[in-house]
Amino acid sequence: MPEEGMEDNKGREERPKWNNKAEYLLTCIGFAVGVGNVWRFPYLCQIYGGGAFLIPYLIALVFQGLPLLYLELAIGQRLRMGSIGVWNSISPYLGGVGVASMVVSFCVSLFYNTIVAWVLWYLFNSFQDPLPWSQCPLNHNNTGYVKECVESTPVNYFWYRQTLNITPNMETSGSLQWWLVVSLATAWSIIYICFIRGIETIGKAVYVTATFPYLVLTIFLVRALTLPGSSEGLIYLFTPDWEILKNPQVWLDAATQIFFSLSVAFGGLISFSSYNSQKNNCERDAVLVGVINSATSIYASIPIFAILGFKAHTNYVTCLNGNILALTNEFDISDMNITVENYEQWFDSLNGTHPSRVSDLNLKTCDLQTFLDQSASGTGLAFIVFTEAVISMPGSQVWAVLFFIMLFSLGLSSMFGNLEGILTPLHDLKLVPKWMPNELFTAIICLVLFLMALIFCLGSGNYWLEIFNSYVGSVPFLIIAFFEIIAVAYIYGIGRFSDDLEFMTGHRPNIFWKVCWLVISPLMLFVVLVAYVAVQAQTHPTYAAWNPDYVNFPDTEVLPYPDWVFAICVLLSSVPVISIPLVAIYRLICCMSGRHSKGSLHNDPNPYVNEGYVVES
Amino acid sequence: MLVRILVLLYLAGAPALAQTLCQPNASNGCRVRISIKTALGNQAYEWNENEMFLFRATMAFAMRRYYKTETYNVDNIIMCNQTLRVSFWFVVTSPENSTMLIPKADVEKAVRMSRHRINNAFLLTDRTLEFLGIHPTLAAPVNPDTPPWLIVFGVVIGAVFAGIIALLVSSLLQKRRKEKGMMEDGQDEEDRQMKGVENDNVLDGIYNRGFTDDDRFTKL
Repeated sequence: MPEEGMEDNKGREERPKWNNKAEYLLTCIGFAVGVGNVWRFPYLCQIYGGGAFLIPYLIALVFQGLPLLYLELAIGQRLRMGSIGVWNSISPYLGGVGVASMVVSFCVSLFYNTIVAWVLWYLFNSFQDPLPWSQCPLNHNNTGYVKECVESTPVNYFWYRQTLNITPNMETSGSLQWWLVVSLATAWSIIYICFIRGIETIGKAVYVTATFPYLVLTIFLVRALTLPGSSEGLIYLFTPDWEILKNPQVWLDAATQIFFSLSVAFGGLISFSSYNSQKNNCERDAVLVGVINSATSIYASIPIFAILGFKAHTNYVTCLNGNILALTNEFDISDMNITVENYEQWFDSLNGTHPSRVSDLNLKTCDLQTFLDQSASGTGLAFIVFTEAVISMPGSQVWAVLFFIMLFSLGLSSMFGNLEGILTPLHDLKLVPKWMPNELFTAIICLVLFLMALIFCLGSGNYWLEIFNSYVGSVPFLIIAFFEIIAVAYIYGIGRFSDDLEFMTGHRPNIFWKVCWLVISPLMLFVVLVAYVAVQAQTHPTYAAWNPDYVNFPDTEVLPYPDWVFAICVLLSSVPVISIPLVAIYRLICCMSGRHSKGSLHNDPNPYVNEGYVVES
Repeated sequence: MLVRILVLLYLAGAPALAQTLCQPNASNGCRVRISIKTALGNQAYEWNENEMFLFRATMAFAMRRYYKTETYNVDNIIMCNQTLRVSFWFVVTSPENSTMLIPKADVEKAVRMSRHRINNAFLLTDRTLEFLGIHPTLAAPVNPDTPPWLIVFGVVIGAVFAGIIALLVSSLLQKRRKEKGMMEDGQDEEDRQMKGVENDNVLDGIYNRGFTDDDRFTKL
């Protein structure tokens, strides 16, 4: 964001710049590395045949992720504007791409910071002994535990009832949960304090938020490898199942995962690189950010799965111990004669001699594989599965605090990019009144976002968040990225772009980049987009509702979306990208109705982009 | 002589009588289940006659504590049907009339009142020294006056607001200092408009930044 000069600024001021290269790189890495690297990639790895998933993932990174990343960083650095300004400069007809980026960043900021607020809530609650999700609370007359908690688990109860206070379906909105409002206010306040002086304060904040997660992941790795059952979890994760590569769904998910993981098409990366000087090797930056992002995903999955293996092992032992106790009590066998090791022999002998009594006991079947198969991604992984694992670890409070601070750092550094994708274009559009200082403008935007995000603090908030996540955070990005590549490769021209890159990095892009930008990446994006929409359209959209009165409780009840909600879903997918055709039509009409100058944003001489000196090849 | 025979008969018959009083599934009997190895692991003690005696003494103590007036003794606690598990049944007879059993409800109340003492006598817990039919009292939840999370939240939000105010104030002061500095040294300022004065005429010019000094900017 431009710094305030002393007098009223009538036009462009000097653009702020990064204090040093490290701040810029850490900010980009922090933006790309988010909670998805921790809770989405390991899940995909697990369900798609472990080590075999890395193949489609790395192919998607090299042929789709890195070219897009390089492209965004390059145009931001060259044109030195936010997303709206950049696309207006490249082609006025495609100015809508920038507006779409901004709208999408706005919608994503709404729900992403709510997730950060949930993480904060869990973090605040981790400073207690015992942890509140480790035991059920008593009911009113202290005669027993709360029924809902007993039927499910204390961890589920804490998440669905004491955190979300979730309603049984989407039509019931419930009321505002004040503790969530408080957590959300804290999250937005922390974002605001990091954004107060623009990239000056962000640059300081990312020294912590971008590096701390790696420290915590390493600590967890060391701890997890010493826990029993961790090796089973790791073997389960990395055992490759090569057959899975024949399933096209795997390739689709790999492409979408790399795409959303790198946070392209948000506009944030363009904004960040626009604060660089033009003579910066953005090729190296792009490759570095892309590789580090993927490496982080792989590195994060190791402690996650070691801990999930430990959890499965603990559940298995608990299940067995329940059976052992039942057998011991029924047959009056001496205490601790049946152990986990000799359980099988005892069971067989007892079942042989007294089969009816044994079957009356209703012993559970305990299978380690079943427990390992209980995978989860997203909020389910962090707030249900992982919290359950943490209870069984000695010193649970420390691990819980570390884990949630790590998630908070990851979410915060991603929010920087999201918010930057909103603020910079607004500044470039000159929508900020001159008298308003930047701090006030940022505060107003944060306040507006906070108030709009209160919808996620209702009883049905989680359902709405899932909708936003699935419909805003998916198809619009694919469409925007597709238009980005087409705009630069075909409308701006690959020749002109190569000249710009030569000016910035000192050498022309090699054949690999050119082929990717011209053919491979647009093709891949198009195929992924069509396939994604086709897959979504096949199934009637449903959602999983937490209903204590459901027959099969604690299983979630699968309900279809009501019609009005489905209409909102369609709106969420289409409204952000509708600006692309709208702006194109508007400009066409303007162009045809009267000759007006080609929307140049720089009316004032700017020593950095003086087009009188463009080298024409 | 006759008295001696009667006494001998009584002494012989009393255990038999006691045995008939204590039956598994008796209406006034209580079943106890003990898991010593689960509770103590390596430091588990062996369950033998001495421990049985301690149990009877503890139960007598519990009955005394409950009734406060009557005097119970180890003889009033009769045990039977011991298994390897370790589990057994016991009944409590009244001190006045050794054939009369104390109702189960009263025994339960006595046990509940002294449960903690009974557990501690054996170094066990509610879970490892089970009185079947008497549910353990649920631990009352610790309800602090202020929920702990509110305290952490208060600290965090206080720090954040203090930071915001500090940064805003320092920004304001910086601007004021720049304002003053600008009066003296206009060369470093990136003003869009500089008011030049020539011959007492105020001229409006646009500062031509094509001549800015680039050395100050970071070289990347």
